[in-house]
Amino acid sequence: MSVNSSRFDSAIGWSTRQDAWVSRGIRVLLSALAVILFCGPLLVIFSGAFDDNPDPTQLSVIPDNPSLINFQVATENKIWHYLTNSLIIAGGALLLQLSVSVFAAYALARKKFRGQAIALLVILATMMLPEEVIAIPLSLVIGDLPLVHVSLKGTLLGVILPLGAWGFSIFVMTEFMKEIPAELEEAAKVDGAGELRLFAQIILPLCKPALGVIAVFGFNMIWEQYLLPLIVAADPSDYTLTVALLALRSDDMVGTGIVLAGALLALVPSLVVYLSLQKSFLRGITTGAIKG
Amino acid sequence: MTAVASTSDTRDVGSTASGGGAVETHPVRRRRRRRLTGATFIPWLFLLPAALIFLVFKFIPMAEGIRLSLFEVRPFLGDIFVGFKNYATILSDEKFLTASWHTLVLAGGQTIGAMVIGFWLALLLEGHTKSLWFVRSAVFLPVVAATAVIGEIWRLFFYPAPEGFLNEVISWVGLGPWEYIHDTDTSLVSVMFVGIWKHAPYDMVLILAGLAGIDRQQYEAAAIDGASTWQRIWNVTLPALRPVITILLTLAAIRGLRVFTEVYVLTGGGPAGSTDVWMTRVYTTAFEQSEAGLASAGSVLLFLVTLVLTVSVQWYRRRKEAR
Repeated sequence: MSVNSSRFDSAIGWSTRQDAWVSRGIRVLLSALAVILFCGPLLVIFSGAFDDNPDPTQLSVIPDNPSLINFQVATENKIWHYLTNSLIIAGGALLLQLSVSVFAAYALARKKFRGQAIALLVILATMMLPEEVIAIPLSLVIGDLPLVHVSLKGTLLGVILPLGAWGFSIFVMTEFMKEIPAELEEAAKVDGAGELRLFAQIILPLCKPALGVIAVFGFNMIWEQYLLPLIVAADPSDYTLTVALLALRSDDMVGTGIVLAGALLALVPSLVVYLSLQKSFLRGITTGAIKG
Repeated sequence: MTAVASTSDTRDVGSTASGGGAVETHPVRRRRRRRLTGATFIPWLFLLPAALIFLVFKFIPMAEGIRLSLFEVRPFLGDIFVGFKNYATILSDEKFLTASWHTLVLAGGQTIGAMVIGFWLALLLEGHTKSLWFVRSAVFLPVVAATAVIGEIWRLFFYPAPEGFLNEVISWVGLGPWEYIHDTDTSLVSVMFVGIWKHAPYDMVLILAGLAGIDRQQYEAAAIDGASTWQRIWNVTLPALRPVITILLTLAAIRGLRVFTEVYVLTGGGPAGSTDVWMTRVYTTAFEQSEAGLASAGSVLLFLVTLVLTVSVQWYRRRKEAR
């Protein structure tokens, strides 16, 4: 314990003294309970996916009969196809979302132009417009794109494109880019750097921390999508993994173990992204909520 | 440097505004003009991808939704303009009214439940040690997991037989067995419970950020004045957290009103419509009953309610800050 730690380091006044057994004991006990309560259910997915015959009445944290049979059966149920759909959508939409946000933020943060206030207002308006509200007309628009009259129904692009621009990312990026000192840009301009070089070689490299934030949030937002892939799909083979879970469960020929194997495959990418970019995520929550 | 940049910017805007439509002939002025139009043109070029996506996938659908809400939509037969009839139908529809009641109860319960649990978690896990950081990261996992995944695992826990997982657990303290999402009396509360479980850790993170901003000396001063722990939390901590709590309430209430995935995955609105919320109702109307006009009217109504809620909270916050 550091020298200046006191019991007022926390609102509740947890004792930090080594010999305060009661206070420490209570805290350890309650923390353990919290971990069991919030992580336990996710652990059950792991054990169930690797159990040879998980039963809803006998769920446990450690598989009774460890085996890979669920994944073998799940393969016959095209689980990897759904996972591929999900991964292509996540990769494509995230890449698009990041580029679109960075471009838009560059204009909003580093330029002064007429109509700037209106542009900001329009982006804000998109954030006030819940995705769920436009789901029904969006399914019609995706079936017949305005002007070009192309149908994206049943294509992965139909899910990727609507997710390509997200007001939240643009705002986070804009706020961050505003902090970059103008001197850097001026110096590069004096050296004769053009607009694109200025953008790609001066501004972009400085935005890495913010890119982390919008990447992890963007991934989470895309992976969480449910209604959109559901309405874009023309038939079940277009489903993403998360949407396919429900179809798998409704199939009487498919057991609990296979659904859990699918759930596990849908869970792992979110965990990997969260655990590797955790700092960005927590920073994004606090700034995002206060700004938005 | 900064001063130079800003004066040249003002000049840019001014000259473009005055010389926008004029035909330039003078060689010097022509060169200058090209630079100036470039300066106003380039920002829009950078904004173009975002604008295009928003237009096609947000604004056109929104406009289309408002238009459809005034029509009886008949595929292949041509739509009939019906004015506000769809709205009247929805607002007098028994099922929509029940659904709106469920939505309010669910949104309210989840918002308050998640905040109370999140507050306790934050109090429990506040601190700088490595082990606390580890516990916080672990507790946060439900927020990152996709709702569909969470729905599947909780459906298993909610297995209605006495041997079901959750029934086993509650039998240790002499409760149950319950039927959870399979019983019309407990289904809505069960869905609410899952929502609280998923969202409480999110609230915890924001409340922790709020707690970190509280001046430690206030706690010490309260302790010197002889305040008990509970008095200190009530009189020092909670008032200092008020801004965070306002933000959380707004975010959660808006999220709660548009709830769809949780309900759709867990119960699909059943049993017997006991968990039907506004968006599952809209979805059923659109895709199972093929009443796109009615469903659009339902969507527009939801949008108006969210809009009123957001704007009034913003207005209230501005007014408070101005004071």
